[in-house]
Amino acid sequence: MALLELKNVTKYYSGTTPALADVSFSVNDGEFVSVIGSSGSGKSTLLRCINRMVEVTSGEISFGGVVVSRLGKKDLRKVRTKIGMIFQQFNLVDRMSVIENVLHGRLGYKSTLAGVLGRYTHEEKWQALKVIQMLGLEQQVYQRCDQLSGGQKQRVGIARALVQNPKMILCDEPIASLDPRSAKIIMDHLRSICTDIGMTLVISLHQVDMALKYADRIIGLNRGVVVFDGTPGELTSQRSAEIYAREPKDVNINLGERNAS
Amino acid sequence: MQADVFTRRRNNALIFFALLAILTAGSIIITQYDVQKGFTSIARALIWGASNFYPDAGSLTKLPDILVKLRETVLMSIAATSVAAIFSLLLAVAGSRTTRICSSFTVIARGIASFFRNVPLVAWAMILMLAFSQSSLTGFLALFFGSLGFLTRAFMETIDEVGENTVEALKSTGAAYFPVIFQAVLPASMPQVVSWLLFMVETNIRDATLVGLLTGTGIGFSFDVYYNAFNYHAASLVVIVIVITVLIVEMVSNGVRRVIL
Repeated sequence: MALLELKNVTKYYSGTTPALADVSFSVNDGEFVSVIGSSGSGKSTLLRCINRMVEVTSGEISFGGVVVSRLGKKDLRKVRTKIGMIFQQFNLVDRMSVIENVLHGRLGYKSTLAGVLGRYTHEEKWQALKVIQMLGLEQQVYQRCDQLSGGQKQRVGIARALVQNPKMILCDEPIASLDPRSAKIIMDHLRSICTDIGMTLVISLHQVDMALKYADRIIGLNRGVVVFDGTPGELTSQRSAEIYAREPKDVNINLGERNAS
Repeated sequence: MQADVFTRRRNNALIFFALLAILTAGSIIITQYDVQKGFTSIARALIWGASNFYPDAGSLTKLPDILVKLRETVLMSIAATSVAAIFSLLLAVAGSRTTRICSSFTVIARGIASFFRNVPLVAWAMILMLAFSQSSLTGFLALFFGSLGFLTRAFMETIDEVGENTVEALKSTGAAYFPVIFQAVLPASMPQVVSWLLFMVETNIRDATLVGLLTGTGIGFSFDVYYNAFNYHAASLVVIVIVITVLIVEMVSNGVRRVIL
């Protein structure tokens, strides 16, 4: 059954060029889907439309059978608790400890007062510790996040998403600010979250090779249009050149450049 | 082409200095300022100051009186600054780009900040004197209004700077508005907020002297009294006490900054 379904999603920020044009696809439960495309192709916008951090101009997005685009504020927050998100810049509160940042993932479930005071239950703290342990950060539980390396910060980001008990995690360029070794650790963790827990992942990536190695399915975006949707095996170099072409007719030229380099 | 850039830069510099010279000469002519006399009288002022403007044994008997006034001034500055900070923080959260509820709040908060900041402190003191006559309240309110304008602006920029990423992350977990403010925005911006607060206390102690002169309170008034009574020795003691106080406050706040940053 499809967990996430996008129908004719279109987004205009301003002007006449759409950031997303008529995007339709669906994601199944437990799938590892990678969205690739060059900068400005609409990857981040696409991810943020799903949890409505960005409002769509037209089209429909449904998640778990609920049409997200029509929800009121309160119901939207409820849906968001079921969608984790991790970011390129990690987006942690640097001055707080690892455990506090991870527990932020529970805020969506709390009353306003409990959230303001940061009061978490015993179970929530245990769950946070378990997730931190799973990601290999047990040495850093009480360390401030500004003392962590980039790879460790991103693992805190993943932990924060996981304690939400989400059905799906959106990853916006999770490894773009990391060195290759940390990037591999992060991608391995994400892969095992998908395989072992059966989590659904939608992840935008810069690197085609990473998408080919880790994803079950690849969606290629070019200037807001889905130009590829298939398995890694189906992504030939011709098709990948299409994804990264600046103009449709650029395909051959781009291929030439790739061969030359 | 490249030579052009360098010639243009040189010409721009020449024009700039020519304009500056004309402006200076023009203002000297219009105000009939005698440059030579201006410089020679600096020496005369120094000689006068050295022979009259120093504390002597007689003025030291006034020290207890001066210290009482000084305490009043310092406490008033701290009170005005901290009360202003509370209101400024509320305004800044409501008006900052990342945390506002709607965009008209930004305009309102910025408007309030500009208004209070751009009316000079002396003007505030004079206006308030009409309402509250010569009292501590007048001084307190004058400092309060000036600080409110400045701090709102400073806090708003601080929140804009530090808030955006973490606000996005916490909102995407489904957290409500106030938990996001208290768990992400305030902890992240606290060091800078405190730093601005300390800066404002320093500035206000200096300004309180001036305001006191007008409103007849605190250490500014002591200075005024001694000065008008030709008791230059006591007046100079007041100045020295103020300088020492400001230096101490600066040292303390630098220490606090080191600890919190």
